[in-house]
Amino acid sequence: MGNVIILCEHKNGELIKQSLSAAKAGIDAAKAMGGKSYLLLIGSGMDRVKESASHFGTDGVLVVDDPALAGYTAEAYAIAAYETIKSQSASLVLSTTSAFAKELLPRIAVKLKAGMVSDILSINTEGGKVSGFTRAMWAGSIVADVAVDGDIIIATVRGTAFEHAPKLDKASEVKALSVKIDQQTLKAKYIETIEHKSTRPQLTDASVVISGGRGLKGPEGFKTIGQLADLLGAAIGASRAAVDAGWVENDLQVGQTGKIVAPNLYIAVGISGAIQHLAGMKDSKTIVAINKDPDAPIFQIADYGLVADFAKAVPELVEEIKKVK
Amino acid sequence: MKILVTVKRVSDPEAKLKIKPDGLWIQTEGVKFVVNPFDEIAVEEALRIKEKQTGEVVVVSVGDKVVTEQIRAALAMGADRGIFVNYAGSYDSYDIANILAKIVEQEKPDIIILGKQAVDDDMGQAGFMLAELLGYPQAAFASKVEITDDKKKAKVTREIDGGLEVKEVELPCIITADLRLNTPRYASLPNIMKAKQKPVKELTVESLGVAVKPRVTVKKLSEPPKRKGGVKVESVQDLVSKLKTEAKVI
Repeated sequence: MGNVIILCEHKNGELIKQSLSAAKAGIDAAKAMGGKSYLLLIGSGMDRVKESASHFGTDGVLVVDDPALAGYTAEAYAIAAYETIKSQSASLVLSTTSAFAKELLPRIAVKLKAGMVSDILSINTEGGKVSGFTRAMWAGSIVADVAVDGDIIIATVRGTAFEHAPKLDKASEVKALSVKIDQQTLKAKYIETIEHKSTRPQLTDASVVISGGRGLKGPEGFKTIGQLADLLGAAIGASRAAVDAGWVENDLQVGQTGKIVAPNLYIAVGISGAIQHLAGMKDSKTIVAINKDPDAPIFQIADYGLVADFAKAVPELVEEIKKVK
Repeated sequence: MKILVTVKRVSDPEAKLKIKPDGLWIQTEGVKFVVNPFDEIAVEEALRIKEKQTGEVVVVSVGDKVVTEQIRAALAMGADRGIFVNYAGSYDSYDIANILAKIVEQEKPDIIILGKQAVDDDMGQAGFMLAELLGYPQAAFASKVEITDDKKKAKVTREIDGGLEVKEVELPCIITADLRLNTPRYASLPNIMKAKQKPVKELTVESLGVAVKPRVTVKKLSEPPKRKGGVKVESVQDLVSKLKTEAKVI
């Protein structure tokens, strides 16, 4: 009892960085409960990722590596995860909040007849058991303490709320498990992935994020803030208004129903600051807001507010930063 | 083709919310309630599929009597009839999935569409739990839905981190609607009037044979720590110097 399984998403032979937050949350929870922690990897052809995953300080890495799992479907991965979890006497199953985990964990929860909590901010333990979690509700305007009944609990972990598990020299044991996946019974087929190509860092991994909103007036405005992003090695984000207008790709949306980010520096340009946007960035370390409207709500949470037209201020900012860098 | 679509009554996303003195929920007096925005997108998609394929759109909601307002709103958009599950107690996503599974058993829809998440609790679980309970395939976070010519499958484009994914699912299936799937229509006044005459069947959890027993419960609500902001800088030079020497982020 008290064992924790952390289901990790991986890509191109590496764990996605956000998975390391769930790993950290899981390792700490297992220690507090006097149990063991295991990373769980599911997929096909995972020699590289299973080696790298063994260095994050868990008690082991469980691997379900099967050609039948080459194209991701929640239906097949839920079976693989369930069979593994069942064999490990786990009391807590975690994964980082992502498009992958959000649709997969509820299926696993039902297979285990377990309660599930989404996007947790902290885990409380007491007497070798999980006593509760905290999580945001109503676009982050309220924090809830929640409790979950049952011998096993499923949760997704907000990536920005936990540190990353550090990489260690020491490797933990990798254990291969086999699960029978009958494709015929799945009723679902993976067709293809269309990746949005970008040379910039991933929004959720970047230490600097520059986001644009309605005030940028069009895709040209994103080119302007792109110069600043290139200079700072930053990711580009956007408010819902800019995404809805079709100025940038959908997956750049920062906010309650988009990505949650907490970089060292967040620069909001031409974003008014609706609560739904703030929900996705208000835990950033330093927030800068540039907006023409001195009454824009974004200024109330910005560490540094600049009332200015972005078209003039952003190129100036690029020049000034070049001088001091 | 029969399409079942779910609507949840949620507080207006623009509403300023206060926590009740007992700390267990928000104060609902004076707060406007609306159809969860993602559920409106789900209703719209159901209507569009029906318009192409012919068939029926059935809208379901769970809650106390007031949720019939949200059922009527979906009927005013064009849904054909409603199912109101009268239940005033507390529940979690798993309970909702159990209730919906019973309704699916009765109604036998070809497609079930839900919003990808409710904007009040942001759990985003019920649709996928329902899929697992029924043994149905799922297409999460849909931004495009195409029904194949033989009407046996749906080809769905899904919004994932860093791009899109295309998946094919056999019917019956569960689809959850993402923001860019469509733009929901407004209900016209004549349609709002017509919606009042459309049938809404009332059920109870007992009549469905579901024992509601939430595994997940809210113990206490609190306000998050407020962020101190509001400092304005005079110029770009001023900003850069503060970022360099004070915040030390560049």
